[in-house]
Amino acid sequence: MSLLKRVAELERQRVSFWLDGKALNALVGDSVLTAVLTHTDQLRRTEFSGAPRAGFCLIGCCQDCWMRSEDGVAVRACTTEIEEGMRLLSGRMPAAEREHA
Amino acid sequence: MQTLVEAGLRPLLIDENRRAGGQIYRQPPPGFVRSKKVLYGFEAAKAEALHGSFEQLRSKIDYRPDTLVWNCTPGQLDLLHAQRPAAQTYTHLILCTGALDRVMPFPGWTLPGVYTLGAAQVALKAQGCVLDGRVVIAGSGPLLYLLAYQYAKAGADVVAVLDTARFGGKLRALPALLRQPVTLAKGLYFMAWLRARGIAIFGGVEHIAADGKQTLHSLRWTRKGKTTEIACNALATGFGLRSETQLAELAGCRLVFDQLNQQWLPQRDDAGRSSVPGVYLAGDGSGIAGADAAELSGRAAALALLQDLGLPPNAAAKNALASESRQLAHTLRRNLLFRQGLETAFPTAVDWARHCADDLVVCRCEEITAGQLRRSVQQEGSIEINRLKALTRVGMGRCQGRICGAAAAEILAHATGLSVAEVGRLRVQAPVKPIPVSSALMAQEQT
Repeated sequence: MSLLKRVAELERQRVSFWLDGKALNALVGDSVLTAVLTHTDQLRRTEFSGAPRAGFCLIGCCQDCWMRSEDGVAVRACTTEIEEGMRLLSGRMPAAEREHA
Repeated sequence: MQTLVEAGLRPLLIDENRRAGGQIYRQPPPGFVRSKKVLYGFEAAKAEALHGSFEQLRSKIDYRPDTLVWNCTPGQLDLLHAQRPAAQTYTHLILCTGALDRVMPFPGWTLPGVYTLGAAQVALKAQGCVLDGRVVIAGSGPLLYLLAYQYAKAGADVVAVLDTARFGGKLRALPALLRQPVTLAKGLYFMAWLRARGIAIFGGVEHIAADGKQTLHSLRWTRKGKTTEIACNALATGFGLRSETQLAELAGCRLVFDQLNQQWLPQRDDAGRSSVPGVYLAGDGSGIAGADAAELSGRAAALALLQDLGLPPNAAAKNALASESRQLAHTLRRNLLFRQGLETAFPTAVDWARHCADDLVVCRCEEITAGQLRRSVQQEGSIEINRLKALTRVGMGRCQGRICGAAAAEILAHATGLSVAEVGRLRVQAPVKPIPVSSALMAQEQT
């Protein structure tokens, strides 16, 4: 299930990226958060309880949308623009499966 | 900026956003095509004017977009742009750090699908997206109705607006709100527009609770003693705004507890001078007053800065500036009365702390519950907020208490019988937002 729905600005160039090993499309000018949440419903899991999170403030204050890329770099999803070929992880898959993704 | 440029200065503008405009007049990324009328509605003309004057100033200032100020010490700022740190010295500093939504935690508020009012608005304005599925908009403050209107108009499925404020409070606030009849009229227009489209508006709502497993799937609330539950996929919520005061604190500005904002704010005089010579404050970052007041307070701070520099040199021009400065101070004081009216109309929940359950997650970053905070008070005798932070880790996470600080202070105050002012304020630490460790180390090597 997606958390965001596009209602305007649909005529933009496409960008392809990877989420949990799956190829997906976004549009040029999307934030990482928009790119991911127009397809699915989580960005990360919390370090303590493992609960799913999907951002909260969208203006770079709450720090609740930090994702990981496959090479371990931390990405704040609401203030980072999506780029062609980004390989992102949402924390949805167990670590073992992720190794083979 | 304009005032400083007109006086012959070339200021440096450091903007955390990629494009000028702040939050209210936020510009979407290049290549987006919606008109200003669509993006900013009633505020389109103001947005047009602001973006226009910025473009004219751009070649006359040193503009650094997409740049975070992560530390501020006397005479120096630490910056981060494109993952690279840099140091910037200053003799005079105007802080315009803005605000974010004030959110009081409620059951289920950490579920995916629950966002702040501001977040829901930014998704639409800057990304052309709305929260998907059945959307409920809940909380208090003028943004509630504006967002509901913008969302419904843009094609979101808004199923209800829940206002925690009561009709009585709004009636009492009427004389103060009539000081800005245009603003009041806009609010009434949004409410009428929503009602005409059959969108349910409930006032006097209490005890909001969200439920869901992976994501939000329903919302429950009580009103006049009766509990209602509806299915929904998204919730936008907020209870007014909170000033972002971190940089002012690091700059050494004196902070005082402000009853109106229920927050520790950097002290400023009518012209925007802080307690530190050479450091000025403008906009919502030192007390919530709104976008129009922010423009005026920016002008006032720039005039104060010029006066302190002894500019302009000729006496007639100096007098003209001084008289404008007095006029601005008068207007801003009047504006404050309207703001007091808004506080009466949309009060912050006073007995929130009494009602929240022990298992309620207060701190999103560290997942600290109300019960953990109360136990620390009972067992370890915590009566001060930084002590509570050290013992429980509340406010110690990545957001540094921006989101949970107000709630934690309310719980501590309630549990100790002290006032929110008496339990103290969370001390800020640099970096004010997370930065890569490598950047911090590089910055240290440079100094």
